[in-house]
Order: sequence, then C-alpha cells, then structure tokens
Amino acid sequence: MSSHTPAIQENMMVHDSTFEPGIQVYNMKLGMWVFLLSEVMFFTSLIGTYIILRFAHPDHFAVPGEVLNVPLTAFNTFFLICSSMTMVKAFAAIQKGDQKGLKLWLLATIVIGACFVGIQAIEYAALTHEGFVPMAAKYHALGRTGVEGGAVLGGPLYGATFYTMTGFHGAHVSIGVICLTFVLIRAMRGHYTHSDHRGVELIGLYWHFVDLVWIILFTIVYLI
Amino acid sequence: MTTETQTHEEHHDPPYMLIFLVLLVMTLAEVGYAFLPLPKFWLALGLCVMAIWKAVLVALYYMHLRSEPRRLWILVAAPMPLVVILIAAVITEF
Repeated sequence: MSSHTPAIQENMMVHDSTFEPGIQVYNMKLGMWVFLLSEVMFFTSLIGTYIILRFAHPDHFAVPGEVLNVPLTAFNTFFLICSSMTMVKAFAAIQKGDQKGLKLWLLATIVIGACFVGIQAIEYAALTHEGFVPMAAKYHALGRTGVEGGAVLGGPLYGATFYTMTGFHGAHVSIGVICLTFVLIRAMRGHYTHSDHRGVELIGLYWHFVDLVWIILFTIVYLI
Repeated sequence: MTTETQTHEEHHDPPYMLIFLVLLVMTLAEVGYAFLPLPKFWLALGLCVMAIWKAVLVALYYMHLRSEPRRLWILVAAPMPLVVILIAAVITEF
C-alpha cells in the first residue's frame, strides 16, 4: 500500500471493496468519467456542427451582441462558475466530515443552478419575442435594437443551431439540479460521511462538466 | 489506517477560491476582448485560448484531475484528438 501515490491510497482507503486495479479509481468514478467522455463527443457533434455551418454559411449568422444578449449571458456564466465553486466547497466540506457545510453548499449549488436555468428561460422568451426562433419558416430576427419591419439579422441556421446547443446544455443543467436535489436529500438523511462520500464526488464531477461545457459554449456562440 | 487518515486530514484543499477568482477575471477579460477592433482570426484564437484555459482549470482543480492517477488523465485526453479530427475533417469540405 505504501508504494502507491496518495490519490491511489485515498481510493483504496475509502473504496477497498470496489478498487479497480486498471485505471486505479473506484468503479463508480470510472463510470462517471467514461460517461462524461461520451458527453464530450455528444457536445462535440453539436458545437462542431455549429462551427462548420458557421464557416460554410457565414451569412446565416450575426456578429456578437447584435442578436444575443451578451451582458445577460455573461452574468449567467458568472452564476454557473459560482455554482461550480459552491459544489467543490460541498465536496471539501464532506471530506472533512462537515455535514452542515455539505448541506449548505449543496443547497447553494441547487439554487444557483436553478437560477441559471431561469435566466436562460428569460433569455429564450426575449429572443423569441425579437423573432429569433428555431423554426426556419418563422425566423425573422430583428436584433436587440431592431424595429418591426427592419432588416433580418442572420438566417434560420442561426436559430436552429443556437437553440439546439443551448437547449441541450440547459437540459443537462436541469437534470443536474434534479440530481443535486436527490443528493441533498440523501445528505440530510446522513448518507454521506468523511470516509464515504462517493455520491457527492460523482454529482460534483457531472456538475463541473456542465460548467465546463458552458465555458466553451458561451465563448463560441456568444463571443466569436 | 489511522496514520493515513491523519495524513489525509492534514492535506490542504486546492485553492478553490483563487481558481474561482481567476475564472471570474478571465470571463470578464473574454467579454472585453470579444469587442476589441481586431481581425476575426485573432479574436477567435484569443477567445479559444482563454476558454480552453478556463476549461483546463475547472478540470484540474474542481474535477480534481490534478490529484487523480495519470492513467485517468490518458483516458480523459482520449476524445480530444477525435474532437479535432471530427471538426477539421468536415470543415475542409467547404
């Protein structure tokens, strides 16, 4: 045992019964990482399609800030980064056996995550009101300062790709909030301890991945 | 086991608040950079570099990849060439 690195010792100490000799992490963590890697490919197909279509049909897309609300979404990005911080604080709390800290930070993560989804819903409502819709036949984006009857900004591909990418990401965030709520309930029932808090770590990995995807999405869709 | 527990308890947390502040500052820098009067190529390159840097920080510190076994790093890195190939191969069609 003394010949292993501290990370491996940690895994062995906590999860001896399911120790995986290959990748040297416990099975559930390996499973979550493999799932997240499949999600990388999933979002690659969406974001990659957007990049390729934007490259091939630049007339269908608008410059940053013309159609999309960059300040609001930048604030939303800040929100999601905050939730990542609260999630890691929750994990750090249970690592030290701090049950109260775990619950409080988990609750904070849930609230902030729900706010992110709420702000995105508000953004969707404003965008559809301005004519920026996913349906090709009804697309007539006038932009944030446009007037009725004015020039249409971009084309149907813009709406379709935007709502597909951000919609799927929003769905992932929503599912994450539901799972976090489940973890919080289990935390309130005392299921997690200093020596066994795998559930917290696993949902933490998922939540940080969702934040990571948004970091990429926000840059590519809103800023470039 | 007790010695290992004590060693674990003495282990300091990664600098979560510092990483949070760095992510925040970089997000603000990205938004500011996006509206600079630069050629599109340099705008896109700079923004991608900043976004990837932020993503790496989240992966290393918040997802604790930094303290995970190196074999897991190899597994995590596996899709990255596929990502590049998938986009580059199709984009060359246009």
